[in-house]
Amino acid sequence: MRLPKARGALSDALFSVLRSGGPAPAGVAAENRDDAAIALWSLYELHYRGFEDVAEDAEWDPDLLRVRRTLEVGFEADLGARAAAHAETYPDDPQRPVGDAIFALTEAHEGPSLADHVQRAASEDQVLELLRQRSVYHLKEADPTSWVIPRLEAEPKAALLELQFDEYGCGRVEQLHHRLFERGMISCGLRAEYGAYVDEAVVEVLEQNNAMSLFGLHRRLRGAALGHLAAFEATSSLPSRRVTQGLERLGMAPEVVHYYAEHVEADAAHEQLAARIICGALVDADPTQRESVLLGVRACLVLEDAVATRMLAQWEATA
Amino acid sequence: MSTTDPHDAPVATPDVVLCPEGPMLLRGRHVLEDADGRRHETTRPVTAVCRCGKSQSAPWCDGTHKLLPPKVRP
Ligand code: FES
Ligand SMILES: [Fe+2]
Ligand SMILES: [Fe+2]
Repeated sequence: MRLPKARGALSDALFSVLRSGGPAPAGVAAENRDDAAIALWSLYELHYRGFEDVAEDAEWDPDLLRVRRTLEVGFEADLGARAAAHAETYPDDPQRPVGDAIFALTEAHEGPSLADHVQRAASEDQVLELLRQRSVYHLKEADPTSWVIPRLEAEPKAALLELQFDEYGCGRVEQLHHRLFERGMISCGLRAEYGAYVDEAVVEVLEQNNAMSLFGLHRRLRGAALGHLAAFEATSSLPSRRVTQGLERLGMAPEVVHYYAEHVEADAAHEQLAARIICGALVDADPTQRESVLLGVRACLVLEDAVATRMLAQWEATA
Repeated sequence: MSTTDPHDAPVATPDVVLCPEGPMLLRGRHVLEDADGRRHETTRPVTAVCRCGKSQSAPWCDGTHKLLPPKVRP
């Protein structure tokens, strides 16, 4: 993957430094949310697969880490505020075990649903656009959560590994979830290289992606990473079923249907593991983690709402 | 920080977990025979088996139990 296109003054300055290796841009502010999100996304990607046009040692460059930190502080504060607003509408019942609380929140939450639209009404072009947007995450599916593994005690660690092992195909590359998504993309005539569609990604998709990296890369936010995982899994089985029905309605290729069909059954098990066993063990051992777990749950829900609102509005406008 | 003292007698991880208001989790490889005598093999490290009787992917859970009123969930 090469660096994406800049979206404002900060990403412009940052990307030219990343390419040339000069001193990191100090004192350049983000011009808008897109600019901040693509800058942060690119700094995070240095920790995943990197860029062909950026030197490998940029990953731990202290000046770049300083830019990343500044962006993270703003982004984390924004996420915290959005999660707090969610908590006003959907308060937690602290008497409930955390697993029950996660299911109660994800079931009570009402938001716009892309899966519903795909099931009933989406055109093939809209589905292809959605696959391109989703590819920003699905081509590194499960990776942000893997950062959390060495930070856990034995019980949540063992349970998380059971879940991740399934995401990674249980050792069979052809069953690895990001490989299943690649095959789905190719079957629809899309490009499947990592990062192929980042320039098209709407800011809401970049922020959704950045939240997972933020939670994954900071040990302090390990509870949020696992709460996000639990909410993600707990909002997957039934919507994945609706997506398979929409794809079949449109006569789309079996490979892409298979990606979603796999998630109906896989995530029915993953949601139980993530909410009850992984988050349950984390919070049992350290009750102060409950708040962090719920931050991750709420962040997952509000960020997906933002993606759905954006895509549905965009399609409505062009309908 | 850990709930279990590693020096205590080891407690085995359960092979079968009954989830409140939800499926039964099965760890490891199992062959399951359904009410019609058809056999189904698990393929993942942990599999969710439907207990509510409403799954469209029976015998596996597909999350449909969440659409049932809590009173009639497993
Ligand atoms: S228990 Fe989940 S669908 Fe029946
Ligand atoms: Fe997956
Ligand atoms: Fe999953």
